[in-house]
Amino acid sequence: MSSIRVLIAKVGLDGHDRGAKIVARCLRDAGMDVVYTGLHRTPEEVVTAAVQEDVDVLGISLLSGAHMTLIPRVVELMQAAGAGDMLLVVGGVIPDEDVPALRALGAADVLLQDTPPDAIVARVRELVAARQPR
Amino acid sequence: MRGEAEEGATTIMTDLDTLARELLAGSTRALARGLTWVESGGERAEALVARLYPRTGRAHVVGLTGAPGSGKSTLARALARGARARGRTVGVLAVDPSSPFSGGAILGDRIRMNDLALDPGVFIRSMATRGALGGLCRAAADGVDLLDAAGRDLILVETVGVGQDEVDVMRLAHTVVVVSVPGLGDDVQALKAGLLEIADLHVVNKADREGADRTLGELRSMLTLLPPAESPAGPDGAPAVEPWVPPVLPASAAREEGIEALMDALDGHMAYLKTSGELDRRWRRMVGARVLKIAQELVARRLAHPAAADADVDRVARRELSPHACARLLLTRLGERTSHV
Repeated sequence: MSSIRVLIAKVGLDGHDRGAKIVARCLRDAGMDVVYTGLHRTPEEVVTAAVQEDVDVLGISLLSGAHMTLIPRVVELMQAAGAGDMLLVVGGVIPDEDVPALRALGAADVLLQDTPPDAIVARVRELVAARQPR
Repeated sequence: MRGEAEEGATTIMTDLDTLARELLAGSTRALARGLTWVESGGERAEALVARLYPRTGRAHVVGLTGAPGSGKSTLARALARGARARGRTVGVLAVDPSSPFSGGAILGDRIRMNDLALDPGVFIRSMATRGALGGLCRAAADGVDLLDAAGRDLILVETVGVGQDEVDVMRLAHTVVVVSVPGLGDDVQALKAGLLEIADLHVVNKADREGADRTLGELRSMLTLLPPAESPAGPDGAPAVEPWVPPVLPASAAREEGIEALMDALDGHMAYLKTSGELDRRWRRMVGARVLKIAQELVARRLAHPAAADADVDRVARRELSPHACARLLLTRLGERTSHV
């Protein structure tokens, strides 16, 4: 039986990982396999790990405000790595006006800081179910 | 199998031929997807392993096992770096426990290996136990086959943090490294059967800590009490190879101390396995155990089919049939059904 695999990552100079850990824990408690890579990762490290782990969902948590710099880089690297069928979900403190831009870049969804844990779990399940099986 | 593969960098591998070909050609993405297949199990997983199995047998498979927090992941990182320095490619299979309640898992071994992430010569994959009890996951042996077929020279299989009796790793590793740390027990612990007995190599990690000398001493004296390993006979009158005595080595994986000696010992063990002929015997034992385990799972899955046993179990409940006789009856019927397939 296959579980949903998710990688939760913090990229860049962002020292706040409590949210990421709580999300990881919620997804675990929903029966998913969650790879957590810790703080201060580069986009290159995160995408390499996501490809090797062949996760269904790459979840990136950002509270630093650098999302419009870092997410484009992540998307670019995912495409270069042939990880086109991987779902990118961005979470954290993101101004509302940046959400459409992140979606346009290729984020499957952007979950803001007020998203309840149950909604995160439900959304991840929904996104994975809607995608081509692999 | 389903869908059509797209061209170019965004290829989504869904068919066995493409996946196997790209995996053998060294594609990281194909290896990663193949591991997803074997982890999910089922027909396509069996087909993939069947395709790649003839291309395995090159890698040195090293199992790392020991108590939770003994530093297995950190040691895996240090060994991977050591192997890279010797020009070898590395595959790491890191197993973490699944929750017995939700079935989910946090796979955190990678955190200890982050600085290896950008070296294409190192491939790291985390897997969850998903209810398997022996310290590994069901797909571990298949995963090792894939890493081997993909051309990884050294494959490090890191078990979950184990107690004393989780010894599945000996069924897939050429060399079993048992990682101990100072201060976890006295010489009575070292006397106990189980985990310590399966070591081809003992590492006392965190050897910069107090009590390391005592732990080293206790392990060494335990080993002198073991019956001497059966001395393998040399070919036709040639002198027999000295039996292998598991070395007990200090290391500090986080400081990368003692890693060179450990690498030498791993190479030494492989050389011993080859010259003594033990490699073939061990391999035969390993595949025998693996086949048996797969067969047991197949039988268990068929037996788990509901309704197969209901009427018979009712008879046991009424005490018309003994539990043992009923179990034999189930197996007999299973055999009859299998022969019709």
